[in-house]
Amino acid sequence: MSIVEVTDLGHTYGTGRAAHTALGGLSFTVDPGELVCIVGPSGCGKSTLLRCVAGLLRPSVGSVSYRGETVTAVPADLAVVFQDYGRSLLPWRTVAGNVEFPLRDRGLSAAERAARVAEALSWVGLADAAGRRPWQLSGGMQQRVCIARALAYRPAVMLMDEPFASVDAQTRADLEDLVLKLRAEADMTVLVVTHDIDESVYLADRVVVLSRSPATVVETLKVDLAGPRDQIGTRGSEAFVRLRTEVARLIRR
Amino acid sequence: MLWELIARLSVVDARFVPPPSLVLSRFVGLFGDAAFVAAVVSTVLSWMIALAIAVAFAVLLGLAVGMVPVLRTVSIPIVELVRPLPSVALIPLVICLLGTDAQTKITLAAFAATWPTLMNTIYALGEVDPRLLETARCFRISRWRTISGVVLPSISPFVLTGVRLSASVALIAIVGTEFLAGGGIGLGQYAYMWGTNAGRMDIVLAATVFAGLFGGLVNAGFLAVRRRWLRWGPEGIGQ
Repeated sequence: MSIVEVTDLGHTYGTGRAAHTALGGLSFTVDPGELVCIVGPSGCGKSTLLRCVAGLLRPSVGSVSYRGETVTAVPADLAVVFQDYGRSLLPWRTVAGNVEFPLRDRGLSAAERAARVAEALSWVGLADAAGRRPWQLSGGMQQRVCIARALAYRPAVMLMDEPFASVDAQTRADLEDLVLKLRAEADMTVLVVTHDIDESVYLADRVVVLSRSPATVVETLKVDLAGPRDQIGTRGSEAFVRLRTEVARLIRR
Repeated sequence: MLWELIARLSVVDARFVPPPSLVLSRFVGLFGDAAFVAAVVSTVLSWMIALAIAVAFAVLLGLAVGMVPVLRTVSIPIVELVRPLPSVALIPLVICLLGTDAQTKITLAAFAATWPTLMNTIYALGEVDPRLLETARCFRISRWRTISGVVLPSISPFVLTGVRLSASVALIAIVGTEFLAGGGIGLGQYAYMWGTNAGRMDIVLAATVFAGLFGGLVNAGFLAVRRRWLRWGPEGIGQ
């Protein structure tokens, strides 16, 4: 059974003349353990879609269900990683303090929280930065803190909204590989929204291609790339090039 | 230097503008004067009480006004109406109500000092990054912890700027009221007595130097607190 099910989802901002329809009725599902990328042209409503899935925004029409239940608020075991990492970390808390902050309302003892924080920071390779402040870190490191915060929360589903759009190319490649590694280790379902075609193919088990605004699902592609993925081998393979061309063609249409 | 020169060359009457060297020696001498020490204690204590009352009131009211949209809409025009009232203009009214003791200057200073902190608190609440609040929602952080752990730290640099401005406003209001209202004791009253009754400008100016130094030190203290603990934050309004 699917863990996330989006059915005829549509959303319109405002009313009357100022109304802007961001989502034009789209449906797709995500299975447990799957990594699905949602790719579409800039401004097509991807972030609106993700906010609806996260339960942060109530859609105008259609519904999102999570484990079979309609989403009306943020589900308990769902975590979100935003693009603007700098604005979603608390500058007055240390790296460890930021990762620990969401765990406080979850009935964990101080020792359990500390253990989870240490584990999450070592997963993302930031064990040494635990005592530093977010603004003392590079953009890529800040985004890893956000990922660690989401991981420490032990979500069943991790939603990522353009997670690597604001970091340089090398950091981006490192973070992509980090997500693939973590997803295998932590047994998570991951839903990534991106405008980057190569990234969507490289990361995903399945790519959902969206149309221009108001967004609808153009097509869903299964990504069957052989073996574990790596930045050079995978991206150079014939299957990868064929898939990325296919996605590019679907987006342009 | 210019001041010293003018005074020494008797360009103006040295009784009205004594040379700085004389003021400086008077300044040192002030600390041996029991009346001066008593005046300083009275002024500083009143100032601390007034500032504490003003800050507590302004922060609580600011939080209520800033977080409840209805209160915000209703109260902003009222605040803008009352705020420009100079506290010295209220001296006669407050004397009628409270007499001429310390409660008068404390009340007036608290009134004057409320505004910078209040305005900064209300303004800061409008500036809390919506992404931080959304992140808190994503992680299902309770309402109370969102306020205590996200909103309050977010606004603290602005509030501190407000408190720093309130501190100087309160000091001005205290000394000003002491000077104008008479009665009681205090730095302003001390300067008034030596100035009007004895014509001793050297002592008056020495007391002025003390008031200026004290105000400067308080301001520097607040700036140091900010540098030490709130380096990450924005500055606030009304610099």
